[in-house]
Amino acid sequence: MIHASLKEVVSALDAKKVSSLELTDLFLGRIAQHNPTINAFVTLDEEKSRAAAKAADAARAAGNAGPLTGVPIAHKDIFCQDGWRTTCGSRMLENFVAPYNATVVERCNQAGLVSLGKLNMDEFAMGSSNETSYYGPVRNPWDTERVPGGSSGGSAAAVAARLAPAVTGTDTGGSIRQPAALCGLTGLKPSYGTVSRWGMIAFASSLDQAGPMAHSAEDCALLLNAFAGFDAKDSTSLERDNEDYTRSLAQPLKGLRIGLPKEFFNADGDAATMAAIDAALAEYRKLGAETVEVSLPSIGQSVSAYYVIAPAEASSNLSRFDGVRYGYRAPEYSDLNDMYAKSRAQGFGEEVKRRILIGTYVLSHGYYDAYYLQAQRIRRLIANDFDQAFKQCDVIASPTTPGTAFKFGEKSGDPVQMYLSDIYTIGVNLAGIPALSHPCGEINGLPVGMQLIGPYFSEHRLLNATHQYQQATDWHRRTPAAFA
Amino acid sequence: MTWEVVIGMETHAQLATNSKIFSGASIAFGAEPNAQTSLVDLAMPGVLPVLNREAVSCAIRFGLAVGARIDQRSIFARKNYFYPDLPKGYQISQFENPVVDGGTITLQLGQGDSATTKVIQLTRAHMEEDAGKSLHEDFHGRTGVDLNRAGTPLLEIVSEPDMRSSAEAVAYARALHNLVRWIGICDGNMQEGSFRCDANVSVRKPGEPFGTRREIKNLNSFRFLQQAIDYEVQWQINELEEGRAIQQATVLFDPDTGETRAMRTKEDAMDYRYFPDPDLLPVIISDDWIERVRGEMPELPEAMRTRFEALGLSTYDAAAVTASLEIARYFEGALKVAGNAQAKQAANWIMGDLSARLNREDLGIDAAPVSPEQLGGLIARIADQTISNAIGKKVFDALWQGQGKSADEIIEAQGLKQITDTGAIEALVDEVIAANPGNVAEFKAGKEKALNALVGQIMKAAKGKANPQQVNDLLKKKLS
Repeated sequence: MIHASLKEVVSALDAKKVSSLELTDLFLGRIAQHNPTINAFVTLDEEKSRAAAKAADAARAAGNAGPLTGVPIAHKDIFCQDGWRTTCGSRMLENFVAPYNATVVERCNQAGLVSLGKLNMDEFAMGSSNETSYYGPVRNPWDTERVPGGSSGGSAAAVAARLAPAVTGTDTGGSIRQPAALCGLTGLKPSYGTVSRWGMIAFASSLDQAGPMAHSAEDCALLLNAFAGFDAKDSTSLERDNEDYTRSLAQPLKGLRIGLPKEFFNADGDAATMAAIDAALAEYRKLGAETVEVSLPSIGQSVSAYYVIAPAEASSNLSRFDGVRYGYRAPEYSDLNDMYAKSRAQGFGEEVKRRILIGTYVLSHGYYDAYYLQAQRIRRLIANDFDQAFKQCDVIASPTTPGTAFKFGEKSGDPVQMYLSDIYTIGVNLAGIPALSHPCGEINGLPVGMQLIGPYFSEHRLLNATHQYQQATDWHRRTPAAFA
Repeated sequence: MTWEVVIGMETHAQLATNSKIFSGASIAFGAEPNAQTSLVDLAMPGVLPVLNREAVSCAIRFGLAVGARIDQRSIFARKNYFYPDLPKGYQISQFENPVVDGGTITLQLGQGDSATTKVIQLTRAHMEEDAGKSLHEDFHGRTGVDLNRAGTPLLEIVSEPDMRSSAEAVAYARALHNLVRWIGICDGNMQEGSFRCDANVSVRKPGEPFGTRREIKNLNSFRFLQQAIDYEVQWQINELEEGRAIQQATVLFDPDTGETRAMRTKEDAMDYRYFPDPDLLPVIISDDWIERVRGEMPELPEAMRTRFEALGLSTYDAAAVTASLEIARYFEGALKVAGNAQAKQAANWIMGDLSARLNREDLGIDAAPVSPEQLGGLIARIADQTISNAIGKKVFDALWQGQGKSADEIIEAQGLKQITDTGAIEALVDEVIAANPGNVAEFKAGKEKALNALVGQIMKAAKGKANPQQVNDLLKKKLS
């Protein structure tokens, strides 16, 4: 069952070949066995997981099963989960037990999904390698000397190592797609406003978006059905009718126009990565798609704009972690300001402090126009670039990352180098549009991800294209040898 | 050497909504500390604000009442600073694009016939959330935090520096206080902090540019407002006359000493790092929304004053009966029964006997034992000469004590109807002339006062019910 698709898991549950409790125990057993190596989970509560599994089994027996009742899932530790410790990868929240459910968690619970535990992540989702977690780095199941990507690194590693069949992640600048690429998964960042942000600890509010990570596009579509949709508790949630994200999966790709931005397809790209992408594009053409060259003239400025806007919002969002009401408070301090300074100096890690400083600086009097407003202007230009490009194509393809998973410490000493590895993913968040990464090859035994980007609300099309590709290929079914 | 005082006001009016501006928690005053706090008010990780549209309707209502421009696309911004009673580490406020832009408030200055008006320009009014409270007592050297008030909707109303004395500042604050209560957007309870004023005060030589201002924070009574400004003005003049420059500063008023003292100066002014709140969409106010609010708006004090002046009230009287919506409603209720021709009489009764009695018994006009309709009925009986003014006071007293449902009922039951039958009055006059030869002789000798004594005797004999004018006329005729 550890290699089964969600559809197969549900069939097995329906046919009573397996119970939710048995499935849950199976995955909890694998977690016990492998987590000491992978470090994907930061919090487990087997009693709660089993109780949820029993409840799901009872619901199924009573004929009240929904499409995913009894299927195990694990949530990134950025989502508040009632009664569960919720750390966001930070010492600041080491002892914080959430008093309520994030909407994503609530909807998964309502759907009968069984929570296996909380997943490790870069601290406050700030990182591309999972090296900034206070709870230690997550290891890539394909090579434990390498990073799993970030910030949803625990999520990606858990699925890759078959410690969970499905997980949630969040994506502010590529935090779903990049680890999905480095760990060989399918991960979708939906259109901004599709998934409620209520209960998801904010990093950069105008960019944050939760999404599913699993083996296949079909699994992602089923998960998105469970937790997407309007939520009155999130003012940026879009008031639209719920849609069935599986509805277009079977559609043939004949006539699909795939745009290839010339800014991404040039001699600067990593040769082996581009070769894997080219092979995948060849496969798409075989399936009936055609490719066209498009241009995103402002995309080169996306990293700069992102590293102004995201830290600006983060510097404000993280002000609530002040040691007053909950979270870490320094054991000794002389007065109020000293308490703030020491609690935050000790409670936050280096990368978080770096971004708070950047964000505070760019919002400061006298710098606001030059940095924050300028970045917002670039943001609009990038969104316009995508609008223009989508007049010529249905989806845009690119590599998800400049290369495969890198080694621990390889980039962590040079923040700018680390930030530049987000070049393919960041523009999507600035534009608010959906994008997906799916596995499309291997280089030296490490997975390569291809990114598909679509216009607003084209999730079904991205899932359709990927599903058709995955019907014809088996990259998404490959398992790291140590976890087969 | 004369100095000109320049004052601008910033006023925080707590909006009379059912719940907080970004959460569903109640805003009722006086609950146990932290009993009225939701996850949002506590700034739990992951929570998000959702705008209470009722607060926006209140702001629109205010904008319409002061003749301002309503910004149909206004934006919420974050004002960032750390303080324990500010749970998110930022206050959601409006910075660029406030909901209300401009507008005016008309002040009534002076008393009686010398009353004048002055128009004060408003700069803007914007919506924001209140902070919680830090409690420094009862915690043995530590500070307690009560977040019940955190997230309470406020309208911050900013005036231009148009006021030239503490009296004008107080008149402005009173007019604003009346208006926000009048249009029902604020309960105006100053003790509970529902209406708080900050005064920006500076002095200059007439004709010179504005001087450096100091801002007096959080004045929660009109008396403190006056005292604080008076002290501050004198302090600034002394500083300048002794050759010291004024430093821009925020100051607090101490009601115990009557002095102001600097809390922080410009050097340690904070950089609030305002930026648009990414958790909230711009507030789009449609024409329909504005028209709906306009349709629910009561007649405004200014319009009412103009209407009352047309009925013959003086500027001063018109201002007096529109000092609050309750008084105005009472006045209109009385007029409905007494008739518009009795406007002046009604105003006199309300500002005279009624308000004196209310004051004495410490009652609001809403709780007056004499209803507007009862008072109107009474005034009508005086007007049609059924009773005299003096008997009217007696009837008023009887109504106050609940001795009858209406003036008519009391007049009937107690036999107070005025005697207008000339024959009956003549008999009384003759009787009194015959019984008081001394007074008659004095009057004839030229002592006018003696006539009053005779009138008094006649009225006494008539138990006050004789028409005083008729008595006078008859008496004079008989004695001439």
